[in-house]
Formats: sequence, C-alpha cells, structure tokens
Amino acid sequence: MTQMEPISKFIHTEAAEAAPGVARIDVEAVSSKGARSLYASRQTIYPKRAKGRFRSIKWAVMVVTLGIYYLLPWIRWDRGEGRPDQAFLLDFEHQRLYFGPIEIWPQELYFITGILIVSALGLFLVTSIAGRMWCGYACPQTVWTDLMIAVERFWQGDRNARMRLDQSAWTFEKIWKKTATHVTWLLIGIATGGVLVFYFRDAPTLAAELVQGDAPLVAYVFMGIFAFTTYLLGGIAREQVCIYMCPWPRIQAAMFDSESLLVSYRGFRGEPRGPHKKGQPWLNRGDCVDCKACVAVCPMGIDIRDGAQLECIQCALCIDACDDIMDKVGRPQGLIAYETFRNMDAVAEADRRPVRVVRPRTVLYSVLITLVLGIMGWAWVTRSPVEISVIEDRNPLFVKLSDGGIRNGYTIKILNKAHEPLRFRVGVEGIAETETSIVGLARGDAEIAVDADVVRALKVYVTVPAGAKGHLGGASTPLKFVVTDLATGEHVVRDTAFRSPGP
Amino acid sequence: MAGHKELDAVTGVETTGHVWDGDLKELNKPLPKWWLYVLYVTIVWSIGYWVAYPAWPLVDGYTRGMLGYSQRSEVTRDVAAAKDSQARFVQAIATSPPAEIEKNADLMEFVLRGGATQFANNCAPCHGRGAQGFKGYPNLNDDDWLWGGTIDGIEKTIQHGVRSGHAEAHVGDMPRFGIDQVLTSAQIVDVASFVLSLSGAQGDAAAIERGKAVFGEQCVACHGAEGKGMVEMGAPNLTDGIWLYGGSKSEVEETIRGGRSGVMPAWEGKLDPATIKMLAIYVHALGGGK
Repeated sequence: MTQMEPISKFIHTEAAEAAPGVARIDVEAVSSKGARSLYASRQTIYPKRAKGRFRSIKWAVMVVTLGIYYLLPWIRWDRGEGRPDQAFLLDFEHQRLYFGPIEIWPQELYFITGILIVSALGLFLVTSIAGRMWCGYACPQTVWTDLMIAVERFWQGDRNARMRLDQSAWTFEKIWKKTATHVTWLLIGIATGGVLVFYFRDAPTLAAELVQGDAPLVAYVFMGIFAFTTYLLGGIAREQVCIYMCPWPRIQAAMFDSESLLVSYRGFRGEPRGPHKKGQPWLNRGDCVDCKACVAVCPMGIDIRDGAQLECIQCALCIDACDDIMDKVGRPQGLIAYETFRNMDAVAEADRRPVRVVRPRTVLYSVLITLVLGIMGWAWVTRSPVEISVIEDRNPLFVKLSDGGIRNGYTIKILNKAHEPLRFRVGVEGIAETETSIVGLARGDAEIAVDADVVRALKVYVTVPAGAKGHLGGASTPLKFVVTDLATGEHVVRDTAFRSPGP
Repeated sequence: MAGHKELDAVTGVETTGHVWDGDLKELNKPLPKWWLYVLYVTIVWSIGYWVAYPAWPLVDGYTRGMLGYSQRSEVTRDVAAAKDSQARFVQAIATSPPAEIEKNADLMEFVLRGGATQFANNCAPCHGRGAQGFKGYPNLNDDDWLWGGTIDGIEKTIQHGVRSGHAEAHVGDMPRFGIDQVLTSAQIVDVASFVLSLSGAQGDAAAIERGKAVFGEQCVACHGAEGKGMVEMGAPNLTDGIWLYGGSKSEVEETIRGGRSGVMPAWEGKLDPATIKMLAIYVHALGGGK
C-alpha cells in the first residue's frame, strides 16, 4: 500500500448513527467507481461477518463442495480382480478414466468434451436466469477465499479487530495471530494439493507413499503447486483473481438480459438515502439509511448501490446485511435483493412485474443442453464393449507370389473393453476362393483370444490364388472382414478393399 | 527529453517526451504491477537456472551447472533402462530355437515389434520401408527366395550377406554372357525370349526354340533344366514372373549380357545374434516365409 489511509477512516465511530440503534460504518468501497484506476495499489478489504439466509446457503455450499472435493477420492468401487477399486480415478498411467461404473478409454474422450459442453451451457443457463450464481456460490476461488477469510476471522477477529491489528506495531500478539493465520492457510493449501493428487493414483496407496516419502516426484510437485496456488489465490490474492485474472466477469455480461435476476440495490425504494432519526416519517425519503453495512460485508470491496458492476460476484452477502438493518429500522426487507434490470427501471413498486424465467435464451440453452445430453446418452447406450478396426497395408499395396497369386496384408485391431477375455473368429467375405492366414496362428486357424481390457493387433494375410484371379474386379475389389464373437455369435463387419495389379 | 518530466495536461500523466506530427505525444504509463513482479521473478529464476543447469558457452565447452545435468547422460540412462527391461526377452531370443519363439505369444510380439524397428533402422534403405524391395533389391514379402526362405536360411543370409566379402557369404554370380563374348547378341535375344516364355510371356516361336537350345547349354547348370532356379547358387526361379532386375525383354537381355552380382552386407558383428534372429523371424513373418 503506497498511500496509507489514516486509521480513523476505517474504524467506525459511535458518534455517527444512521438510524436509531444502527451505527453508520465508516467505510469507503475499495472498488468504487471513483477508485477504479488501472494502476492503483491494492487496498486491503476487511469483509465484516454477515449473518442471514444467503450466508447460511453459502456455508452449506462450502461444506458440500469441499466435502465432495476432499472425500471423493476415498470412495471405493469394486471392479474385480486386478483393476483399480477407486470410484473416481483419472488413471493417466494406464490411459483410463474411471467414474464409478463408467470407464473411458483414450479414444472416447469425446464424452469428456460432451460433459464440458454441457457444463458451459449449464453455466450460461444459470447466468441468464439468476446472474453469477457460479461466482457467488460455487466457484473454487469463492469457496476457498470464503474459507480463508473464515480462518482469518477465527485468529484475528472481525473487521474492526483485523484493521486495528494491521495498523498496530509488530507486537507479540500481532506476530502470533498473523503466523497462526498463514500457517492455517498453508495447511489448507497442502490439504488441497494433497487431495488433488489422489484423483490420479489410488488414494490409500498414494497416501501411504506420501507419508513414507516414496511417492512419485510428480505427486509432490503437483501437491506443491496446488498448495502454493491455494494459499496465494485464496488467502492472499482473493478478489484480485476475480477482478483482474478471471475472464468470466468480462464474458458474463453477454449472458444477462433485462430479465436476469441480479443482486441489486432497489434504488427506486432506497433513494433519496440519508440518516433517519427516531420518529421521523418515512415519507418523501428512501429506505436506505446510508449505514454502509452492505459495503462493510462485501468481499469484493464494492458499493452495491453504485449499480451492476464487473467486480460484483453476486454472493448476496449485502442482502443479508441490509435485511438485518431493515428489520432494525422497521422497514420491509429486500432493499437489496435479487432483482431484474427491467424492474430496476420501474419507478414505483406498482410497476414491478413478475420474473419471467422462460425466455427465448433460457429455452435455447435448455434445448441445447438436452440435445447434447441426448447425444451423449445415445452414444453411451450404444457403446460397444468391443471395437474393431481394419487397416490395409499401404507399402506394398499387394504382393505377387511365385505361383501367380496375389496377396494383401491387413492389420486388425480388436479392443476388448469388456472386463473378461473374449474369443473371436476372423473371416473374410466378398471374394470367392481367398486364403486367409493370421501371423502367429497355425494355417487355417482363425480363432483368436483377446484378454480383458487390452487392444490386440493381428497381422492378417489374404491371398487370391492364381486360379481365382477372375474374381477380382480391377485394381481394387471390395472385401469384408467379419469378426464373430464366439460367445454371443455377434458379427462385426468392416469394409475394406483387396488391391491387385489390375486385370 | 532527459532530465525534465513533462506532464500531459489532460491526464496529468508523464509523457515519454517523443513527439510525432508536431503535437502527438505518448503517455508514459507504468507497467501493471503483477506484470513487473512476474518479470522480476523470471529474472531471479534465470539466475538460479544458470547456477543449477548448463547455461553459458565458454571458449572450450560450457558452464556445467551444479546439478551436473546433461541430456546425453539422460539418454544414456534411458537407453540402459530400456535395455534392462528388455533383457529377459533378448536372453530368451538368444537361447531359444525359432520354432519355440514362434510358439510363445509374448516373445513373438516382442520379436515382431523389435524386428520392425530394427528393419526400419538397418534394412529399409535398400529393401524399402515395407520390405517391398526395389530393382536389384529383393521384395521380402513374397514367397520367392534367392537364398532360401526358412528362418534359418534368412538368418544365415543376414549374418553373412551376399557377395559381401565375408568368408561364409553367399557367392555365385550371374556371368557376363555378352561382355565376355560367351554368347552373341542374337543368342542373347533368343535366350531372353525363351526365359520370358517360362513365365508365360508370348514371343516368336522360332526364337524361343533357338533360345531353349542355348539355355540347355549355358544356363541349366545354375537355373536348372526347368528354369526353377537353385538356392545353393542363389540362382532365381525364372518361371514365377518375379524379376529382381525387371521383367521386360530389354531388361532380361541386359541381365544376360552384363551379368548380375548384387551385394548384401554381412551383419554379423554389426548386429548382435539376438537382433539378427529377431530380424530373420520378422522377415519370415512378412508373409512369404517357407
């Protein structure tokens, strides 16, 4: 901080009262319109503790999301002998992704693409209905920052105590409180990074390895990176991440329209604002008593009364703060609330209109989400446990044999995604009198076994004897490979071609 | 410019002092702080890097760095580790007869993959990436073998080569019937007609008849009475329509006139015995093995 504000500016003084029993907090919005210089030094924000409906929802979301993050790798899922029993595992080493009963092979990564597309569309849908719900409640940056602020409050006290501590000299009390805060942040960071690596390797095994110090180096490196970034972004950088690093605040404006529910100060009700004295009538004045409680609780350091702004993550803590004040001064709650632009333009309560959730853009997003989910579901249901591909030899295209016959070579790849060994018979159709041989098998043998969870490549030679060349139609004759599952009798047919020097 | 700061009247920000078109000036805005800090961090990082890793070129060599890292030793270590992990396969290949290797699916997969790599490294320049061969370099996919198409035969050919100078190399030249004036030009044309007819080509019946007589005198010793060739001499089968030096009449005449003596190097000593055996099994499995 280059220009330190005088301490008196921050500490609220009892002298100023916004309304009977309501202190005016002496606070300026750090990220206010006036202070929005591109090159300003960062000013510390000291969010005051909020209590209320939305704070409770945020605590619940934090418990659920962090609970999922920290506990998910420990859930087991029996997949049988010799296979990982972790329910949620990104096994890069063996090139498999496991999500409970779902197992994804590298060539099926389009399922992940589908999930990402649905997630993005879901984000668009939620944003067009109710603004930055993601930013306000569920974004990891928000959740971890919230946790870090709670830790800070635990060790150093609420807003005023923290400001006083920061302004004070380096006493023993300040040193131990600051140390305790940073140590706790680092521990949370280490736990975060530590859990992340469990998603990539069997959690109990890796936990033991980490403790004994013989885990792979990459595990320690990623643990370190995520411990450090959690500490840095959640503990130190906080709102700077949302304001300066994240692209989403810049994009989200395109998702809003006049019907989107955004955390807003209802100016038509609040203005003109000003202190309210006991017994004074509420006629010809707004409900806002200018107590600045909404500014004091804001983790982004803004004044919601300035209107919609890029810095606002719409965490709704100002709603809780204001509702509390409204109760105290005996005015109805909801001076700050989820409200649409359209209703913000209304000049009186009577002009307000009910919120329209079904709108062209929400319908469009819902249709797209349904469509992508439908395609993915269809792809998943029709997914075969066996994949077969036939690749023609290109070099040489064909081989002339000493008896005048023509031979072509093919590579057949059989992917067995089933969790048991399968047996197949490989046959050829389309040209009469061909002779087929498979490298590694006795002549005439066409039955092959493919172990569970592997790809088996076979070299197959197909020969058209000299006497049968009449069956060939020019330089390229259509040929079919028929692979039969011996257990089920199911056929898979792959079209290919037989090449020859021509007629 | 230097020494005195000029402040822009509108913004109150310092200018760079440069003036374009008489009145156009540039504001000297500071760099974003995060950007500047990242720059400082990279500077500190680079100094640490110089100390830890090879960095600066010197007159003779370069600064080695405290970690003693070198990509060369990294590769050497990787190669040694790879050799280590392949040792049990290589050992098994060296000690097992080919028939046994073919029965072992695991070992066979190693042999075919390793063979393909070794073929690409050592054999492809002459025989082609797909072993399809070129004029003068035999196609190894077909079932026509000059020096024998069993695994043992192929292994021997790779070991000792053909006309390679190795003591046990395959030898046996196609003589220069024209250059050495054993046959007249007319006789060569006749023999070429006859040889091509062995592979089913049509030609002048009288010339073929005359050529057959010459063939009976000059060629049967190596190519056999029926023209089926002889593995001991490396004499090709002339009846199968497969021509190492081309199957047009002029090409066959050229072969008879000037003789042929292609060379294949001996690989013994250049490749270890297990690799040679691996190559033999790989080539045998290309489809034409006997």
